[in-house]
Amino acid sequence: MQDNIHTSYKQLEQRSKYTNMFLRWFLYLVLILFALYFIFPLYVMIVTSLKTMEEIRQGTLLTWPSGLNFDSWAVAWGGRGYGAGDTFLKPYFWNSIKMVVPAVFFSTFIGAMTGYVLTKWRFKGDQWVFLFLLFGCFIPFQAILLPMARTLGVLGISNSVIGLVLVHTVYGIPFTTLFFRNYYISVPTELVKAARIDGAGFFKIFFKILLPISAPIIVVTVIWQFTQIWNDFLFGSTFSFGEAAPIQVALNNMVLSSTSVKEYNVDMASAIIAGVPTLIVYVLAGKYFIRGLTSGAVKG
Amino acid sequence: MKTLKIDELSKNFGTTEVLRKINLEIDEGNFLVLLGPSGCGKSTLLNIIAGLETINEGNVYIDDYNVSKVEPKDRNIAMVFQSYALYPSMNVRENMIFGLKQAKVSKEKIEEQLQKVSKFLQVDALLERKPSQLSGGQRQRVAIGRALVREPRIFLFDEPLSNLDAKLRVEMRREIKKLHQQLKTTVVYVTHDQTEAMSLGTNIAIMNHGVIQQNDTPENIYNKPSNTFVADFIGSPSMNLIKGNLKQSSNQISFVANGSNFEIPINGYDFIEKSNLENKEVFFGIRPEHIFSKKSNEGDFEINLRADLSEYIGHEQIMTFDYENQEVLAKFPSTIKIELLKNTKLYFDLTQISLFDAKTEERI
Repeated sequence: MQDNIHTSYKQLEQRSKYTNMFLRWFLYLVLILFALYFIFPLYVMIVTSLKTMEEIRQGTLLTWPSGLNFDSWAVAWGGRGYGAGDTFLKPYFWNSIKMVVPAVFFSTFIGAMTGYVLTKWRFKGDQWVFLFLLFGCFIPFQAILLPMARTLGVLGISNSVIGLVLVHTVYGIPFTTLFFRNYYISVPTELVKAARIDGAGFFKIFFKILLPISAPIIVVTVIWQFTQIWNDFLFGSTFSFGEAAPIQVALNNMVLSSTSVKEYNVDMASAIIAGVPTLIVYVLAGKYFIRGLTSGAVKG
Repeated sequence: MKTLKIDELSKNFGTTEVLRKINLEIDEGNFLVLLGPSGCGKSTLLNIIAGLETINEGNVYIDDYNVSKVEPKDRNIAMVFQSYALYPSMNVRENMIFGLKQAKVSKEKIEEQLQKVSKFLQVDALLERKPSQLSGGQRQRVAIGRALVREPRIFLFDEPLSNLDAKLRVEMRREIKKLHQQLKTTVVYVTHDQTEAMSLGTNIAIMNHGVIQQNDTPENIYNKPSNTFVADFIGSPSMNLIKGNLKQSSNQISFVANGSNFEIPINGYDFIEKSNLENKEVFFGIRPEHIFSKKSNEGDFEINLRADLSEYIGHEQIMTFDYENQEVLAKFPSTIKIELLKNTKLYFDLTQISLFDAKTEERI
């Protein structure tokens, strides 16, 4: 009797071992397939950008390039060197940098400030202020194009990088406020009380007590805002043209407006160049991103 | 001169009345405990004393000076919080001197204060650590240290021990008591724990629904509760309140419980107002620890009650008896054996009783 039970337990153990092994390999298989599916477009882009037009015409999408040929990258970045009609990314890339850095900085800073006030310096009707700010997250951007264009016109900053900075700052504030408010609400208000008794004022408490512990949420906000603003096409194409355009608009112009033969290799290189900065931000700050997103839930 | 005086103070949050006409006074060097159930307004009162909340009506005086509209930092107070509220990004040293730096105290003076206090509280080895690297007890010490370096006129404590585990809480309680004995600074201390209140306070103000129910010494709070709320709140298990009527004949006053046919003589009771006692509906209050199984005093009143329930808690046992369908709890040493569902002889110590008007619930 004893032995019977033992053998049957052994069999069960074996069986569950096989089942687990099978499920594990199945899981890996599925994951690998998904990974390939996601990496495939990137592969095509990189490979194509390294080929000459000749190679592209003769080979297939997947064919390995004959050598590392960065000519198309140079063309995408710096142009061919002849005058009219030559669109290349360099000036627009710097436009984008000039737009994204101040816009991310101001929207993050203002969001931190508003989040601080809405949680630590409560006032009558503060919930309404927050509600209206939240409302800003749900307004489709198309709805505000006309009024915004008019505002920029009145302010005299339409078709300029400064105008785009303003637009992106204003439309970033609802999101950044939401992030910071949700972060600061988990910070005990007693900290602020203690600091007030210690004689610190509104700004001192913000800069000395709250900001130094806000690193995780600052990273989240910066990644979010950077990605949003860098990748924005709608505002860029509506409120700027010609030399003031950000990189996404320039990329579009480059790819769509070429009159002669489509240069796929240059197009691919351009698209990668336009996408690299967000990628860099993710790689540098990615691990804080997850930590910051979940930091409200697991309080130290 | 009163170190702290609170005069006719009221506070509302919107339409909710949190504090109603509070009057309080503390003399130099006293330890006042604000005690009450959660939501009674005790923390709000403390925040008002600190200047962290505004006042709707009334005034707060520190050393006879009206501070009602004075900023927290200028009130010469220091506060210790339940969550310690140590600044997470600063180490212990920076935490402790933050207030002095804001007040632009000279570097030498800051260093001197820091050394003195950190030695006194035995945190001098922890000065370079961050709050997250400290244990609960150490954090508490640092929080107290941060308050101490300011050399305040009044210490405010907001449930400082609630976040500690039971053992540490008893230890820290003794340390706070020692601290007060040595420094003799005036303290206002908020807690919901009656043991803490009893052991620490020179005075206890019991609060409920934004009103001070009784402000007295711990002895008086325990022995002469001024109403049924205080009687019920203090003591564990709380005081038995037996419903009944008073009987008065010539010079004999006695109590008859509802449904009962015998009288308990209470001639020795010290009435506040000795008129209109005949047939008055009252609560007869007696603490479980003042009911005995053996006669110990000549004046003890013998009574036969049925034992219904026994709760054994180690050093003692709590027995529930039936007194004409009213529950009466008694506390005995656990060595005594009492059979359940049988009538048992009990002795009420009549020198320790309290009587309350059944309508107003006030002590009579």
